[in-house]
Order: sequence, then C-alpha cells, then structure tokens
Amino acid sequence: MTQASGAERRERPARRRRPRGPVLEGPARASAHVCQAASCLSARSDQVFEALADRVTEAGFTDVAVKRVGCLGLCAAGPLVEVPQTGQLFENVRADDVGDLVEALRTVAPGAAPVPRAPFFARQVRVATENSGRVDPEDLADYRANQGYRALERVVTSMTPAEVLDEIVRSGLRGRGGAGYPTGLKWRTVAKAPGDAKHVICNADEGDPGAFMDRSVLESDPQRVLEGMAIAGYAVGASRGYIYCRAEYPLAVARLKTAIREAGRAGLLGEEIADTRFGFHVEIRLGAGAFVCGEETALIASVQGGRGTPTPRPPYPAVSGLWRRPTLINNVETFANVPPIIRNGGDWFAGIGTETSKGTKVFALAGRIVNTGLVEVPMGTTLREIVYDIGGGVVDGRPFKAVQTGGPSGGCIPEQFLDMPVDYESLAGVGSIMGSGGMIVMDDTSCMVDVARYFMDFCREESCGKCIPCRVGTTQLHTLLSRITEGDATLDDLRQLEELADMVKHTSLCGLGQSAPNPVFSTLRYFREEYLAHIQDRTCPAGVCPVANREVVG
Amino acid sequence: MPVTTAKPDAPSDDKRWRIVDTRMRRLGERPEALIEVLHSVQEAFGYLDTDALAYVGASLGVPPSKVYGVATFYSFFTLKPGGEHACVLCTGTACYINGAGGIVAAIRRALGVGPGETTDDGKLSLLTARCLGSCSVAPAMILDGEVHGKLRPDGVVARLEAL
Repeated sequence: MTQASGAERRERPARRRRPRGPVLEGPARASAHVCQAASCLSARSDQVFEALADRVTEAGFTDVAVKRVGCLGLCAAGPLVEVPQTGQLFENVRADDVGDLVEALRTVAPGAAPVPRAPFFARQVRVATENSGRVDPEDLADYRANQGYRALERVVTSMTPAEVLDEIVRSGLRGRGGAGYPTGLKWRTVAKAPGDAKHVICNADEGDPGAFMDRSVLESDPQRVLEGMAIAGYAVGASRGYIYCRAEYPLAVARLKTAIREAGRAGLLGEEIADTRFGFHVEIRLGAGAFVCGEETALIASVQGGRGTPTPRPPYPAVSGLWRRPTLINNVETFANVPPIIRNGGDWFAGIGTETSKGTKVFALAGRIVNTGLVEVPMGTTLREIVYDIGGGVVDGRPFKAVQTGGPSGGCIPEQFLDMPVDYESLAGVGSIMGSGGMIVMDDTSCMVDVARYFMDFCREESCGKCIPCRVGTTQLHTLLSRITEGDATLDDLRQLEELADMVKHTSLCGLGQSAPNPVFSTLRYFREEYLAHIQDRTCPAGVCPVANREVVG
Repeated sequence: MPVTTAKPDAPSDDKRWRIVDTRMRRLGERPEALIEVLHSVQEAFGYLDTDALAYVGASLGVPPSKVYGVATFYSFFTLKPGGEHACVLCTGTACYINGAGGIVAAIRRALGVGPGETTDDGKLSLLTARCLGSCSVAPAMILDGEVHGKLRPDGVVARLEAL
C-alpha cells in the first residue's frame, strides 16, 4: 500500500474487520509495536501496520509479532515503531519503506543487549501510562495479560470499601485535573455521604488548549480508566459511572466504546463483577465543546442534558451532584493511577514524588520544543530536566523565554525558575498552576502580551455568561489587552487592566472566571517590560504585535 | 416539565430520522438525553435546523427555548449547513504560537473565507477549533475528518484550492 497523494481526497474507509498481525508459532522472538494513537494515525500509521504485517508474513517469520499499541510518546516523530526487545525506536516510518525494520526484526536475538534509551525515555517513570506503547488498546486480553483488572478483582473479592479508601488516602494521590485536591479525601466524602444511589463521573473533557494527556491515556489504554472507575465505584458505593468525553476526540470515544463492550462481555463491568454482588455500569456522555464543562457543577449540568453552566458550591457534588446524588468526579489521569496503587500499595506510590505531591505527572510537551509529545515524570522533576533533557530544548536553538502551564487558567514561568522542582505548591508559588498537564514552551518569537491576549480571548469566548464579572470582565480585559498590542494604550489602561483583573479573579462564580486573569498576572509579573515597550515605545520586542504597523494583523 | 403527549412525527420521511429515532428510544426519550440526541442529528444531517430542534424537543419533552439554548451554548453544534468540505483549523496554544494565525490570514486572502464561513460556491467551510489535541504536530487541522499536521500557510491554501 502506498501513501495516498495529498491532493486527492481520501475516502474514509468503511468499517471493516481489523487486519491482524502475522500468526505466531510459539513465543515471539521479536516484536514490532506500531503506534496507533491519534498523532501517529494522522501520519498513516495504520498503513504502516498493514505493510509491516504483510512484509513480515512474506518474509516467512513465524516468531515475529506485529502489534498495534497506544501512544509511544514521541509524537512529533510519528509514525513510530518500537522493537521492545532491543529498545530500538524507528521514527517517521513510511508504509512503503519498512525494509530496515524488517531487517532489524530478522536479526533480533533473544537476550540481546538493549540499546541505550534516549534521555526522552530514560528519564521517565511510567505509572499512569505504563501500558501506553505496550498493550493493544482494543484488546482486552492483552490488557489482562499485563496485570489488567487484577486490582479490581482483588478489590471486590478481598478488600472492604474502607480498606480501598485507606489505600488511596495512603498513596497521597491528588486530583490530576488541575486543582490537586486529595483524591482519598474526595472518595471518603462521597463514601460517607448519605444515600444509596451514588455516581462516579470521569472527566474526560480535556479542555485546555495544548493539553492531550487524557486523550492519549484514553486512546492507549482505555481499560485502565474503566478499571479505575469501577474500583472507585466499589469504594464509594456507586453502581453507575459516566465518562464525559469531548466529542472532538472521536478515536478516544471509539476505543472507549470497544473497551466498555469487551469488559462487559468478560464480566468485568455490569452486574456481579468477578462473581460478587458488586455491579458497575459505565456509559459515555459526549461533550459538545464547552471549556466551562471542566468545572464540576457545569459538567454535571451538561451530563444532565442542559447548558453547561456552573452553580455555586456548596453543596459540593460529593454530597449533591448528578441528579442530586452524591457524585465522585475525577479526571482520566487520576483514575488511571488507581489500578497500580491497588496492585503495588499506597506506600509504593507515596514513595515517588515530593513531600506534598506524590507519584508522577503526565505532561504534554508542545510549542517551540524539539521533542513534542507525552512524558510522565516523578513529581519534583525540575522544569529544566523536562524542557532540556527530556524535551531536547527549544527548536532551532533559539533562546528560551517561558513555559506556560495550566492552559488559560495558568501562567507563564520565566527562565529564572527553570531549576524549580515541579509540584502543585511550587507552581502555585510562582503564579501558575499544575493544571491538567499541558506544558507549552515559548521562545523569543512569542510576545507575552499577545499570549495574555490570546488566553483572554479564549476565556471571553468560553465564559458561559452566567455571572457578570466573568462575562463582562473577560471581554473588557480582552479589549484592554488588544489596545496594548495594537499600540493604542496608555499607562492608565495598564493600571485599569490590573484592577479589573483583580476584580474578576475575586468575584467570579466559578473557576473559569476566577482563574481567567492568571495569564495576565503572571506575564505582568515577569514580563512587565514587554507591556511597557508596547505602551511607551510602541514596539513589540518579539515582532508579533501590530503596534506600529497595523498591516501585519494575523 | 411539559406533559409528554403522543410522539410527534419526524419532520420528513428522510431515512436518517430512523437513526435518530432509534437513538432516542435507546436513551429512553428523556429530557437528559438532549445533548446525545443532538449529536445524533448533527452526525446524520450535518447540522441542526429549526425543524430538527423542534422535533427533538417535542420527542424528549424539552421546551423549544431550552433546546435552542443548548444547541447554541455548545460550540460543537452548528445551526447552519456546512460546505461540501469542512476544514477545521486548530487555534490552540501550541498551534497559535507555531503560526496558526498566519494560516487563517492566508486562507482569508486566498479563498475569501474567515472562521465560521462557507465559500460562496458552497465548496468549503472554514472552522476553527480551540484545540484538536494534536499539539505535537502543530499547527494542525482536520480536513474532512482527517488530521493533517505541521502545516505551512502556502501548503494549506494549495490543498484547499485543489478540493
């Protein structure tokens, strides 16, 4: 099969039987793991899989496996193929050029010394993404062969809900969606809440632009999320779970549907899991493109079929959530951490990371960085290690300017904090947030005022309009920022910007408005001279804004 | 909550309504199924017109004001028919700092359409997305359901003009 030419429109293939890899006789001597996550698929890794399977069959190898796997991490160099026996990673593989790969598979000897891993991989510690790039995301048997559902089976057959809660509390796991609320505490609150009907919701509405961790986990290892949800259901006493997933992630939705169907057939979801009296059902609810639905109460309104507008808390969803029942809401990555915590114990998890932030965190590295992709590192890893050692530094050797974390609710962290260990507290200390894990590197071609304006534009459009500080405030902040980037502002506008940002932060109803001014605060704090250059000198140091010459808008 | 009377008739005898009806039945024809059903309608017809909104509302027992409110609240739903081809350009952070703005400007110059607009010949609708999650290949777009990454303004324009 050859690469379809770019100009002709490809017909979407009708749903057909999944082509299988070559049939093995006995155990595999060598295997080729072909990444089938969205990024590699967009570079036609499905064709790479088929071509490679064909060539391996043609070559008559009977001890070489060709397998579809989830995200291998180094998304920028896709399609990726890994030979796990030697650790070799083949980048930018093309369907019509798999000769080298076939040769490599021919010569892999059992027990061969693995090639040293590039720092991109060697520095990582995989917990939530331990199966990414290893198991076939659409094959339950493969997940089970890698300890899948052992944790759930153990929980329902030999642990009490209280023991599960203790284990999660002991692990020190904190919510991976952004705010970092202790997961064990949240579970306990829901478990204690009166009422017999409770719900579990998995927040898979990854709204931050520049973040794709949850997407990758769902596409690479959907069963793990279901297992984590079922364990949570057992611990808090819920029998129904919902995954609220973005409609913009069709591949993740398709794989989740497959996973739910397969797990149900195998008796791992539904009634009487593992022949016990515990039952847990999972349904998917599609989001429809509203950033505010990342907020718990707005998400619940959306799952109930309405406009995603938040309501004041308390009552917290843990007490009165979906259909006024006690509801546990955790993010995808939080649930993904649960099965390994149960398998290895809370103390094991608590042994990773820092004093206040335990475990690992998945980050999506993007922007002006060499190795864009997905990385998982222990909490407490420094920004410098992430950006330079793992990320390979800034593209074209340009000077580093800032790293943006936390999306529109976060901030820009300048160079002087590169040696800071990353955890919830340290990021908050420098005026940003952990957020869901998007990390966008910026170099001297980015104007920080323009970046602040960009995020304010985002918040202005995504504001649900329910409360006035957010609805009107973000619009006015955007107007002021635009005035600065267009060279029409005075120092008085700058003062007004700061006052208004403070007001929006303190008076908005929900997290969206409360955190919308964060990018403004952090850029003002570290890059105030850029604001002043626009206002006083009518110049944009990065050459991005139309301060002097209005023709370059765009 | 309005009293649900007899099930209304579909707006037309278009067979695609059967898909929508099946979906509504499976979801139990309850008000909370509204978003799921609107997804089904949009998937089948490409957009949500007034008749469709009225029909879905009547079938699920949701007042028209609320149906319209939901359909306009979420950016994924569109009330206008799209062009023959759909180009969704990502304007997420990673794409933005890698030049997505320049691509929007280049398309506007060459084809005369801005975000949310359709060309006069009905051939192409240009849409922008907050983030496609394809940040590793930024700037990225989805053209007729397929993700394309590492875009350059001239390459995108050439590809769109060749449609």
